[in-house]
Amino acid sequence: MKLTGAQMVWESLVREGVDTVFGISGGAVIHLYDALPDYPIRHVLMRHEQAAAHAADGYARASGKVGVCLATSGPGATNLVTGIATAMMDSSPIVAITGQVATPFIGKDAFQEVDITGITQPITKHNYLVTDIAELPQALREAFYLARTGRPGPVLVDIAKDVQAARGEFVYPDEPSLPGYRPTVAGNPRQIAQAAALINAAQQPVILAGRGVILAGAEQSLRELAERAGIPVATTLLGIGTLPETHPLSLGMAGMHGEAYTNLAIQEADLLIAIGMRFDDRVTGAVHRFAPKAKIIHIDIDPAEIGKNVPVDLPIVGDAEQVLRSLLPSIEPAAHPAWLQRIQEWRAQSAERDILSQPHQALVPQFVVRTLWEATRGQALMVSDVGQNQMWEAQYYLHDRPRGLISSGGLGTMGFALPAAIGAQLAQPEAMVWVTVGDGGFQMNIQELATVVQERLPLKIAILNNGFLGMVRQWQEMFFGRRYSGTPLLGPDFVKVAEAYGIPGLRVSQPEEVAPAIAEAMAQPGPALIDFRIAQEENVYPMVEPGAALSEMIRRPNGKDHAPAEVGAREEAG
Amino acid sequence: MRHTLVVLMEDKPGVLSRVAGLFRRRNFNIESLTVGHSETPGISRMTVVVSGDDAMVEQVSKQLYKLIHVTKVVDVTNEPAVFRELALVKVHVPANSRGEIMQLVDIFRAKAVDVGTDSLMIEITGQEDKIDSLIALLRPFGIKEMVRTGRVAMVRGLAGSNGRSGTKRET
Repeated sequence: MKLTGAQMVWESLVREGVDTVFGISGGAVIHLYDALPDYPIRHVLMRHEQAAAHAADGYARASGKVGVCLATSGPGATNLVTGIATAMMDSSPIVAITGQVATPFIGKDAFQEVDITGITQPITKHNYLVTDIAELPQALREAFYLARTGRPGPVLVDIAKDVQAARGEFVYPDEPSLPGYRPTVAGNPRQIAQAAALINAAQQPVILAGRGVILAGAEQSLRELAERAGIPVATTLLGIGTLPETHPLSLGMAGMHGEAYTNLAIQEADLLIAIGMRFDDRVTGAVHRFAPKAKIIHIDIDPAEIGKNVPVDLPIVGDAEQVLRSLLPSIEPAAHPAWLQRIQEWRAQSAERDILSQPHQALVPQFVVRTLWEATRGQALMVSDVGQNQMWEAQYYLHDRPRGLISSGGLGTMGFALPAAIGAQLAQPEAMVWVTVGDGGFQMNIQELATVVQERLPLKIAILNNGFLGMVRQWQEMFFGRRYSGTPLLGPDFVKVAEAYGIPGLRVSQPEEVAPAIAEAMAQPGPALIDFRIAQEENVYPMVEPGAALSEMIRRPNGKDHAPAEVGAREEAG
Repeated sequence: MRHTLVVLMEDKPGVLSRVAGLFRRRNFNIESLTVGHSETPGISRMTVVVSGDDAMVEQVSKQLYKLIHVTKVVDVTNEPAVFRELALVKVHVPANSRGEIMQLVDIFRAKAVDVGTDSLMIEITGQEDKIDSLIALLRPFGIKEMVRTGRVAMVRGLAGSNGRSGTKRET
C-alpha cells in the first residue's frame, strides 16, 4: 500500500488503538493535519502545546493506554518539553509527534527549526528523528511499544516535513526491532521465596505502594497480600488509591506531608515492602534515617531504581502484578494485632489534632476538600495541581476508586491539573472529574478553559484561592522568617473569567456555602468553576522539614485554628 | 576506584551523545571513553573508564542499560583482561638528543613514526602507566603535541565481553 508519510502516521496510530490526539497545528505538521480528517481519530485542539502534552499524559493515566500529543517544529516542540518531562518523571506512557523542518534544511537554523531530539534526550525514554520515509513505520511501531512496555515513559518522534509529504510503501511491522530492550517482568523465584520468608516472619510489616502498582494493574494482588498477611499499606502520592483509602489497612500517603501515623509506622516497621516506587526524597525524608528498623524488600520493574536512593535487603526486579502473583501462594495468613493496635493509637492522636476536629470559623481548604469527598462519595476522578492544594487533596479526599487521582508527582508541574483533566475526561467520558488547583497553578494554563468549552467537557474546577503561591509562602513562613518574597499573587476575578469562557462560576467564602456550591456545580450538565476564597495563611501539616527524618514532623500547633506555625516546633515522635 | 566498562551498542545516529549526556546528567565521572566498530556490523563497542565506588558503578551500568540502543554492559575491572591505550607524542628533538630519545623509544618498545629535522613523532601502545612513564621521560626534551586514545579492554580467553559466551546480561 502506497501512502504519504502523513497518512502513515495516522494509519500507524489507528493500528495502535489511538482514538484521541491532543495538538496544535503549524507549518511543519500541516501535511499531518491535512490527512487527519480521513481517519477515525478525534483531534482535541489545545491552546498551548504544554497543555497538549499534559492532556495526553492525563489521558494515559486515566485510561492506561498510550496518550498522544502533536506539535509543530520549533516553538511548538519546545512548548511540549515541560509536559514530556512531567510524563517522564511519573512513568506515564505518551507518544509526542513533532514536525521537523524539511530534511535539506536540518542543521541550517531554518525558520522554526529546533533540535528537539537533542533537547528531549534526557526527558524521554527514547526518541526518533525520521528523515527517511522507509524508517517511519518502524519508528512509530517502536515508539508505542517502548512507551507502554517495561517502565512506561514518553517517546518522541520528530518527522521531517518532506517525509510527511513523500510517498512510500507502508508495511506496519509486527515486531519492534529493539535488541537492546528486554525488560524483566517475572521476578526471580529464589528472591520471591526469600521475600515470602521475610514477610511470614515479620512482626511489624508495612507495605509502601507506588504508581508501579497501578501501572501493572496489581491493585487486587496488593489487596490480597495486605489482607492475607495483615499488613497496613502506606502509599506514595502517586500510589494513592492502590488500596481503597477507606480500607481498614490503608495508611494513606507517606512522606513530607504524610500523616504522622503513616510516617511513624514506616519508621517503626521491622519490614518494609516497597512496591513500584522509587524512594523519592519527598517520600523518604532524611534518607540515611529512613525506616531505620526495617529490612527492605524492593519490587520494581526498573533495575536502575534498585539501590539508587536507599540500600535494600532484598531486591526483586519485575512487574508488580507478576511478582505479587508469584509471591501470594507462599504468604501465610497473619493479623499482627499488636502492631495494628499501635498504629491505631497513633491514628487516634492524629485525628484529635486534625484541624477538622477543632473549631474553625474560617474557610479552611481541608474542609473544602473533605466536603467535596462527601459530596462525590469518594468516587470522583480527582486531578490535582501542585503545591498546597495537591497535599490537601491527598490528605482529605479518600480515594476509593482505582486510578482515582491524577497529579504531577515527580516533576511537580504547576499548571498540570486543568489540561491533564481534559485528557482524563476524554479517556473516561462517564467519570465525574474534579480539578483541585491553586490560584497560582490555575493561571499557568488558564487558557485551556477554552478547550473545555470547545470540547463540551463537564469538568468541575475547584480553585483553592489563597492569593499566594502557597507552598512557597508556607516555607517562607516556617524557614525564612515570614519574608513573603515573590509569593503574594494578584489573581483575576475567576468567576468573571469563567463566565467569559461560557462556564458558570461560583464564589464561596463561608464554610456553610461550600456544600451548596458543590451541589450546584455537580448539577450543571456542563463544566462549572468554584472560586473558594480560603484562609490565606493556612499551612499543610504535618510537615517533614527537608533534611529531617520522617519521624521528626512539624505538627499542627495544638488547639489553634489557622494560626501561624510555631517556627521550630519540631517534635520527636515514636 | 577506577572501573573499566565494556559497552556494546547499536550503531545508530546520536548514540554517542546519548551516552555522553547520561554521564553528564547523572553526575558520573568519566576518565576516558573510546568507541569504534566491534566484530559485529552495526554494533559499536565502547570502553569507558569511570571512577566511583561499587554502588556508583553499578548505577552507571544500570543507567547505560536503560539506553535503548545499549545491548550489553560488562564491568571487566576484575576480569583477566588486556587493557591498552595508544598515544602519539611529538617531541622537540635537537640533533644531538636524537640518539638518547631513540634509546627510550627502544626500551619502551615504542616506534618512531615520523622524523623531522628537529622533531620526532613517537607511537606507543600499552597500559596507561607505561605511557605515563615514557611521557615523563620525554617531557624534559619538550613535548610539542600529544594525543592519547583512552583505554580499550578485552577479556582474555574464550569467555568474552561481547555477550557471545560466559557472561550474561544482568537484571
